[in-house]
Amino acid sequence: MSILIKGGRVIDPANKIDALLDILIEDNKISKVAKNIEAQANSIIDATGKIVAPGIIDMHVHLRQPGREDKETVATATAAAAKGGITTVLAMPNTNPAMDCLENVELLRGIIAKDARVNVLICGTITKGRLGKELSDIAGLKKNGVYAISDDGCSVDSDELMLEAFKEAKQAGILTICHSEDRKLSGKGVINLGFNSTRLGLRGISNESEYKRVARDIELAERSGAAVHIAHISCRQSVEIIAKAKKKGVKLTCETAPHYFSLTEDALLGYDTNMKMNPPLRSPEDVAAIKQGLKDGTIDVIASDHAPHTENEKDIEFERAEFGVVGLETELSVSITEMVDSKLLDWNMLFEKIAFNPARILNLDKGSLSEAKPADIVIISWEKGWTVKKNELVSKSKNSAFLGRALKGVVDYTICDGKIVYARKLNTH
Amino acid sequence: MSWTKKDLLGLEYLTREEIELILDTADSFKEVSTREIKKVPALRGKTAVNLFYEPSTRTRVSFEVAAKRLSADVINIATETSSVRKGETLIDTGRNIQALKADIIIMRHNCSGAANMLARALDISVVNAGDGWHEHPTQALLDIFTLKEKLGKIKGLNITIVGDIAHSRVARSNIWGLTKLGANVTVCAPEMLLPVAIEKTGAKTSSNIDEALKDADAVNVLRMQFERDEGAAFPEQLDYFKRFGITGERLARAKKDIVVMHPGPINRGIEMSSEVADGANSVILEQVTNGIAVRMAVLFLVAQAREIKT
Repeated sequence: MSILIKGGRVIDPANKIDALLDILIEDNKISKVAKNIEAQANSIIDATGKIVAPGIIDMHVHLRQPGREDKETVATATAAAAKGGITTVLAMPNTNPAMDCLENVELLRGIIAKDARVNVLICGTITKGRLGKELSDIAGLKKNGVYAISDDGCSVDSDELMLEAFKEAKQAGILTICHSEDRKLSGKGVINLGFNSTRLGLRGISNESEYKRVARDIELAERSGAAVHIAHISCRQSVEIIAKAKKKGVKLTCETAPHYFSLTEDALLGYDTNMKMNPPLRSPEDVAAIKQGLKDGTIDVIASDHAPHTENEKDIEFERAEFGVVGLETELSVSITEMVDSKLLDWNMLFEKIAFNPARILNLDKGSLSEAKPADIVIISWEKGWTVKKNELVSKSKNSAFLGRALKGVVDYTICDGKIVYARKLNTH
Repeated sequence: MSWTKKDLLGLEYLTREEIELILDTADSFKEVSTREIKKVPALRGKTAVNLFYEPSTRTRVSFEVAAKRLSADVINIATETSSVRKGETLIDTGRNIQALKADIIIMRHNCSGAANMLARALDISVVNAGDGWHEHPTQALLDIFTLKEKLGKIKGLNITIVGDIAHSRVARSNIWGLTKLGANVTVCAPEMLLPVAIEKTGAKTSSNIDEALKDADAVNVLRMQFERDEGAAFPEQLDYFKRFGITGERLARAKKDIVVMHPGPINRGIEMSSEVADGANSVILEQVTNGIAVRMAVLFLVAQAREIKT
């Protein structure tokens, strides 16, 4: 099986390429990247006028399987990922059962082998049952092929236990991903603390509840010497704290999600539960700081924090609705629309954030278009616009923050391991 | 100026003209309650449903009386005995009421934004009778109506609202309504009960009731709910009365004709003394009477808006 991609604008931050080139895929690998490749291939894709780039690596995805197959499954999430140009996802461990032991990891691995359309990597938990009481067998999880550990959705409140976790993670050589939130400060909050929480009569979540815990997590990681990745940062102070720590040389990376650089807390004014997520949408100043952090490199990664919920859990009173939004199918387009179109990021910088850096952080042999690498590739009609429609979402849940929004950039092909896992019906306009 | 909104969700969403239209309409309805036969046929053949997720006697009865004086049929749904108990969602309950061909849902709910959500899901009118800490528009409208009646105008008046501002829908609606009509609003509370950035509404803040009363033309005294479980330290009842309670002694230092309001029910000896509640400056019972005229106006206007549209 071979594929020849002709005439596209090839973007590859690993090799600092931004040029019109052809790519030949043979035996699931990239075999050649060059001008005017003359070769026989089973299929030829004309990529004239399109972007050809490494497949997106989304390091923050909730697949919901096992346990909440009514929200999403490995099959539906990876179909949505393929449609969004994503070839690898890191599955967050807050499933039921949680990914806190070898047995549960094996269970998920079985489902992935059967149903996954793109690469699914498993993230294990830091603590058993994500309860923050007792560490998981971190070394055992690592040995069993888990790519990172996280109690995502919760932070480990105890400083002692978190430090212990970092030490074990360092020993095992595994990345720790922190959901940095001090629940004592965020309490029962449901939206950003500020004038909007006051006028809507809703409990607020302060920036402080995030950045104080970010600072603690960095401090403990530094003390242990372990590598730490801070998940979904949303506020100005977090960016500042991370920039400072990076300058100091802490082994630290971080991510934000598309909604944190494209939407402000004003999206909440109609009590739209599709705008309810944790951390919450923040003020315009915070959004500006997130954008700047992406531009200057403080923020390494854009990840979706894809968090599917059923209509029953969203179409209810705001305070009672679940936190979280789906994002696999809009991540790329929102990033193009908000960051590339506005010239805050160029194409290479964008693919650094969504492919090259995640691969580097997770220590994957992916995220580039170097010869002999696995052929994970996305082909994008980058100038084509589209409108997000509920009934066109592939994800099982439709809780998108971007419903009705006009975005730029449409995925034409997603190639994973040398196979076309998604192809847009190119004749329909 | 005509009314075009099918719902009344909050005063934040209304223009000054729309608020004035409600007040003017209420003015013309007030006389109905003084007639021997207290009824006009304005909403004959219409059905209003009182859907109350929180216990309330005063507001529910006021809406019921208002609807009946307009000749509407009124149905009361107490959620403790309805299928809500069986886990029906708010939107499903609303759709069922709509399917019964009711015209107006009057809803009280403990969640902020519940009325906004229901209004969006339904074609029929939704009147917010209080949602969480968000808004209680008809209470503020009747407060403003009463003030206007007593003081002749709203523009330029100094109005102080005292009490648990952070958790008060009455405070929020009053702030929006009064500032839109040009009043100078001061909210007065212990610091912990002043919500973040409230001054962005245009209201001033104070934690000293004597200062806040000094130039006030009226004071609206909110009910203190000490049973709230908010985690944060709450003032002690006695301490609160000492620092913020409206007493005869405090009023003696205020403007002579200061108007004293309270949305009820009063906690005597906690937010105000009996002497003040029953005193010459108090308009508390007039507020109750005016509530009927204001709610008649609101029901009439939203029903009419739907008729124009369909």
